[in-house]
Amino acid sequence: MLDPVSKHQSFGDRAVSLPLPIRLEGLTYESAGKRVIDDIDLEIDCQRLTVIMGPNGAGKSVLLRLLHGLIAPTAGKITWAGRPLDGFLAKRQAMVFQRPVLLRRSAAANVSHALGLRHITDPERTKLVAEALKLAGLEEHAATPARILSGGEQQRLCLARALSLEPDVLFLDEPTSSLDPASALMIEELLLDAQRRGIKVILVTHDVGQARRLAKDVVFLNHGRAIEHQDSESFFTSPHSESARAFLRGGLVL
Amino acid sequence: MSDFSDAFHTALGLIVTLNHDLVEILLLSLRVSLTAVAIASVLGFVIGGALAVYRFPGRGVVSAVLSALMGLPPVVAGLFVYLLLSNAGPLGVLQLLYTPTAMIIAQVVLVTPIIGALTRQACEDLLEEYDEQLRSLGASPTAIVVTLLWDGRYRLITAVLAGFGRAIAEVGAVMIVGGNIDHVTRTMTTAIALETSKGNIALALALGIILLTIAFAVNGALISVQRLAKRLAYA
Repeated sequence: MLDPVSKHQSFGDRAVSLPLPIRLEGLTYESAGKRVIDDIDLEIDCQRLTVIMGPNGAGKSVLLRLLHGLIAPTAGKITWAGRPLDGFLAKRQAMVFQRPVLLRRSAAANVSHALGLRHITDPERTKLVAEALKLAGLEEHAATPARILSGGEQQRLCLARALSLEPDVLFLDEPTSSLDPASALMIEELLLDAQRRGIKVILVTHDVGQARRLAKDVVFLNHGRAIEHQDSESFFTSPHSESARAFLRGGLVL
Repeated sequence: MSDFSDAFHTALGLIVTLNHDLVEILLLSLRVSLTAVAIASVLGFVIGGALAVYRFPGRGVVSAVLSALMGLPPVVAGLFVYLLLSNAGPLGVLQLLYTPTAMIIAQVVLVTPIIGALTRQACEDLLEEYDEQLRSLGASPTAIVVTLLWDGRYRLITAVLAGFGRAIAEVGAVMIVGGNIDHVTRTMTTAIALETSKGNIALALALGIILLTIAFAVNGALISVQRLAKRLAYA
């Protein structure tokens, strides 16, 4: 079911089935003697947007990096529809980081570079670059050096670059934490659009309002443990744990 | 004092009239140093980029040696290449000693560590910022090296200019392997050394003025490259 149907369908007509469920078994990650991720067992089967929430230092970003394969777990494993993360699956993932990471090139060249790494060649490449810039609302800035764009524009470009790779799974690590509300809203709209196109979005945020607007499925982390995992509606109305209740009240989470 | 002002006037005269010997020496110097820097740039980019990205045993030692060699005294570089190219040396059969090619080889030895170490530093700084993003995009180590070299292009230009400044101004290496033979291996720096000791201050001064002008030009180019990079947020 995971056979490559076609390397890159155009936006909107995705026929690939998502590599779900994502299963985490005894997932543990230690760094400098500290347990950042502590024996997490979790199964994510929701096709729609999953939000990972929790206070600072809960291990949200580390969990995202483990899922994306940027770091390897100390113990435990992650499987995608029963198989470990291999080269093929990794190529069907993309990630947007908290601080936009853009190359010292034009906006268009940033997208083109990413497509080139996937061996996508012209004329396909030019077409996808144009589509990505349009998606980000940056058509007029195609030739602008990416690093002189505003913070919001940079993050939109990062998101459009990630989406141009036609991922099955898109990770985002607090993508709007340093953006103004208008810019954050534009990112949120792009995420909802990505979800509509069938991309599995996994978003780390500690913005409760944003989580409420976007999430279908919520994982709540605290001290490296998955304290709760449930449908967003029930999570926001009746969280089971005291720490999640405190977090949603905006209080101190111990 | 009047001796010096006479010499100065004669020197300006040599430059303005494009004195044949002067031009010949200038062109040879430029040919040797530009060729050496071109070769050293290719080597330095590859070595520096690979050292920044690939992880292998002894990587730290190689980086440290490369950085230390930035301060390699030209006479030592010259001596090393002399031993290689002399009749008794391993490359003696090539009969390259006292040719411009020998001077190019010596300057490549001298300049490659400079460009290589500066390239490694530039690439490492960029990699710190780019590493996770590039791995997320699925870049192979080779693709990462290529990306870093291109994105560090303004700093690499700086490195190349630094290497050229070093090559054009050094005297020890070209003197030892070139031999300062008139019309064959006489460069600006070796000519200055010889003409000064012969008391022919005018020619030495003329060459000195040209060298100084080149140094200023290189420095000016450096500053404008850095300004441009900053303006485009590419620094």
